[in-house]
Amino acid sequence: MQFSGRRRKVITSPQVELYGQALQFYGQPPLENMSLSEFESFAVDRLKLLKTIENLGVSYVKLSDDYKRKLDNESRNLNFPYRPDAVPDDRKSQVGPSEYEKRRKDHISHFILRLAYCQTEDLRRWFIQQEVDLFRYRFNGLQPKQKVEFLHKNNLQYDTISVEEKKTLQDKLVNSSHNVSGITVEDQDFYKVPFQDALDLVRTRKVYLKAGYVYIPHQDIVAIVLNDFRTRLSKALALTARSLPAVHSDERLQPLLNHLSHAYVGQDYSIQKNVGKISLEQIDSLSVKSFPLCMRQLHQALRDSHHLRHGGRMQYGLFLKGIGLSLEQALQFWRSEFIRGKVDADKFDKAYAYGIRHMFGKEGKRADYTPYSCMKVILSNLPSQGDHHGCPFRHSDPELLKQKLQFYKVSPSGISQILELVKGMHYQLACQKYFELTHSIEEASFSLNHPNQYFIESQRVLGGGKDIKREVGTPQRSQENSAARGSTTDREAAAAANAAKDLPEMTEDLDSFFQDA
Amino acid sequence: MPSSGYDAACLPDLLPLYYRRLFPFAQYHRWLNYGGVQKNYFQNREFSFTLKDDIYVRYQSFSTQTELEKEMLKMNPYKIDVGAIYSHRPNQHNTVKSGTFQALEKELVFDIDMTDYDDVRSCCSAAEICSKCWTLMTIAVHILDRALRDDFGFQHLLWVYSGRRGVHCWVCDEAARKLSVAARSAVAEYLSLVKGGDETVKKVVLTDPLHPFIRESLAVVERYFPQYALHEQEILSRKESVDKVLALVPEDILFLFQCCIYEGNKACSRASRWKLAVIRSLCLQATAKKGQHFEKEIMLQYCYPRLDVNVSKGVNHLLKSPFSVHPKTGRISVPMDLEELDTFDPLAVPTISLICEELDRPRAAGGGEESEDVKEKENEKDAAERRKIRDYKRTSLAKYVKYFDQFLDGLALSWKGELLKKSDLEKDF
Repeated sequence: MQFSGRRRKVITSPQVELYGQALQFYGQPPLENMSLSEFESFAVDRLKLLKTIENLGVSYVKLSDDYKRKLDNESRNLNFPYRPDAVPDDRKSQVGPSEYEKRRKDHISHFILRLAYCQTEDLRRWFIQQEVDLFRYRFNGLQPKQKVEFLHKNNLQYDTISVEEKKTLQDKLVNSSHNVSGITVEDQDFYKVPFQDALDLVRTRKVYLKAGYVYIPHQDIVAIVLNDFRTRLSKALALTARSLPAVHSDERLQPLLNHLSHAYVGQDYSIQKNVGKISLEQIDSLSVKSFPLCMRQLHQALRDSHHLRHGGRMQYGLFLKGIGLSLEQALQFWRSEFIRGKVDADKFDKAYAYGIRHMFGKEGKRADYTPYSCMKVILSNLPSQGDHHGCPFRHSDPELLKQKLQFYKVSPSGISQILELVKGMHYQLACQKYFELTHSIEEASFSLNHPNQYFIESQRVLGGGKDIKREVGTPQRSQENSAARGSTTDREAAAAANAAKDLPEMTEDLDSFFQDA
Repeated sequence: MPSSGYDAACLPDLLPLYYRRLFPFAQYHRWLNYGGVQKNYFQNREFSFTLKDDIYVRYQSFSTQTELEKEMLKMNPYKIDVGAIYSHRPNQHNTVKSGTFQALEKELVFDIDMTDYDDVRSCCSAAEICSKCWTLMTIAVHILDRALRDDFGFQHLLWVYSGRRGVHCWVCDEAARKLSVAARSAVAEYLSLVKGGDETVKKVVLTDPLHPFIRESLAVVERYFPQYALHEQEILSRKESVDKVLALVPEDILFLFQCCIYEGNKACSRASRWKLAVIRSLCLQATAKKGQHFEKEIMLQYCYPRLDVNVSKGVNHLLKSPFSVHPKTGRISVPMDLEELDTFDPLAVPTISLICEELDRPRAAGGGEESEDVKEKENEKDAAERRKIRDYKRTSLAKYVKYFDQFLDGLALSWKGELLKKSDLEKDF
């Protein structure tokens, strides 16, 4: 991509062909000149869209009516392509940008964000996940004819099975999937696809699998397409990472790209503030007053059985690191508890101390692991027999959850509100409600997405709600106990300070967006 | 067959003997080399050793079988784990530019551990096992073996007794070794039906339609359920265990179900009482949609294999090696012959003390072994090799190595094809 200051030059004919379809695999990068401000605004808008997708994905079932409606609205507001039949009385489409312009924005913004999100494993994983969800939503919105067209244009050729084979397998095909009936088998072509190309269907057991092949009706080919999209994007990001040094040498871009990739997480609680401000004696009472339910449960389990399995040690251990426990304190904490159980001091030092030091970045590849966000706790590493980690609102039996809340003296009406939210799969909102009930406040002033955020907010409320002003440009953090609120991290602050003159305004907008999210 | 009293304190003396004279290095190398189809496959494989005093060393790698033997004899590992094939020799990973040293391939593995069933077995807990609860492993192997072969099309599966309380499966097909993390995780989740930790009461929920995989698995479970759950585990005999079962029964038929269980004539077998309760409840439920598979869900919760997805997911995950010794029990991690799965007895698996003792026994059969020796003379490379073969054949380890040989013969067919292809391409006639 070439940048020529504020002049805009558009190459027409190849682009019209390029944007002929509503949906694309982003195979070809854009080849035009554009202004720096358009570059920035496109990138920020797409990031807002992806962040919306992330939030919706946790609060709603993907592709449910609510989910689609909200995503349609957001797409429309940010001038991205959306389904025209979705919004009936759409005055904006008359005056706003044309379909062509929306698709162009979509195309370009995707490639800009690739630059920002290709650098680390975590960033790539996040970016791919949101882009796949966005793709799924858009593919779902295509007409059947358009879907077939898309497949052919993108070279997804799989073999179909013969009519005889369909007849033989009819029962099994029907029983493997909700939306396959006898009629489906008769009418539609079934494709034989290697199982590695249809992992989502295999994982959820929504398809018939035989000898390493899944048998997919034409109507379900979307899962394959998604998998293909995911694979292509993953490879592309790896390639992009290699050409990064060239991009970073352009000093107009580097600050923006850095800021984009840090902004998605908002606060990731990886930089330890207030190290050593918490004493071990405080933990028991803190667990009751200021820990979110997941950590309270883990702490209780640890105290009760003097042991936690690996998943619980990771989730709880990193959380404790996030609230300010130092490595020495952590070692002492875990050691004293485990010794009360079946582990003797020697065994602890051999088997468990290594893991704790690893958490603090003192072993192995010396990665300083970040405490798990709610998203991570809810979606990954499902607890199994003997485990106590995970999100209680997501992973506990509703009956057991109810009993636990009763035991923790939550009011009956509060409990039913929480259970309603759980039923609707709004786990973070349920936890937020738990926060409100246990802190006796009407409405939480934040949107919960991280257990350490819960802790900080709780301490704020209990400490009298002192508001600490955001410190832009100063690398020192205040050492007060009521930790600073706000989503700027040290790196963001430094980046903002180093940015070109017109960027601080942009970054403040970005920050305030994520604060209100 | 009684195994010699094993004492962990003897390991320092037994291990050198085991590694010098009994560990089947030739077969082991034949396995991990995979016919030499891919360059440096054996050389880039990571091994990890746990030495005396719990010293753990990772990133061990070896250029040849001889080097492996030498090092193992020198280091005398108490535990041996096998990891992935990396992009470079693991023992040189520190010299490689950071970020470029990567795990590339590994067998697809599964680990079934008896402790994961503690909430549904009453005879033992934690590290103990007995013949009553071992049935759970038998069921697990039947179900998973079928699914991996019939559903996923894998052919070269090596099932290994872990040495104490579980079984491992090594899927050695080329396609399996090349699977990505996402694919491994998808396979493991396809095979998972029991979900939830201590906080979850009902761990299996089935909805219509029942996927063919679930039907096949149920068929296996149903074969074993009456004998295993009703007779051996006696889940309907004591109040405590009955209550646990009742917790899994839908509320609307709970009362009826309870009555059938309790009132059933004592002369009636437990199996009949179970059947009666189920049938009566199902009739009651005939029109109700919800909870109509409760009896299947109960059987699955008590019997269906529980696997640790994390073990299967990671390409770089290290797993206990076949033929390694379990330091706590002394038992050798032996491959399991699936033809004899139902009669496999973990408590009869030879311990290192037993086989070392068997080494010292005088030669049993005279003539037969002599002619075998002659045959081997024609085929073997050197005296040491021959001696070693004679050695393990005298011990209880023999049948397990023989079975491993058969497994390797099958595997070899697959890479013979590859080698032919390669030589064709290179015009090597």
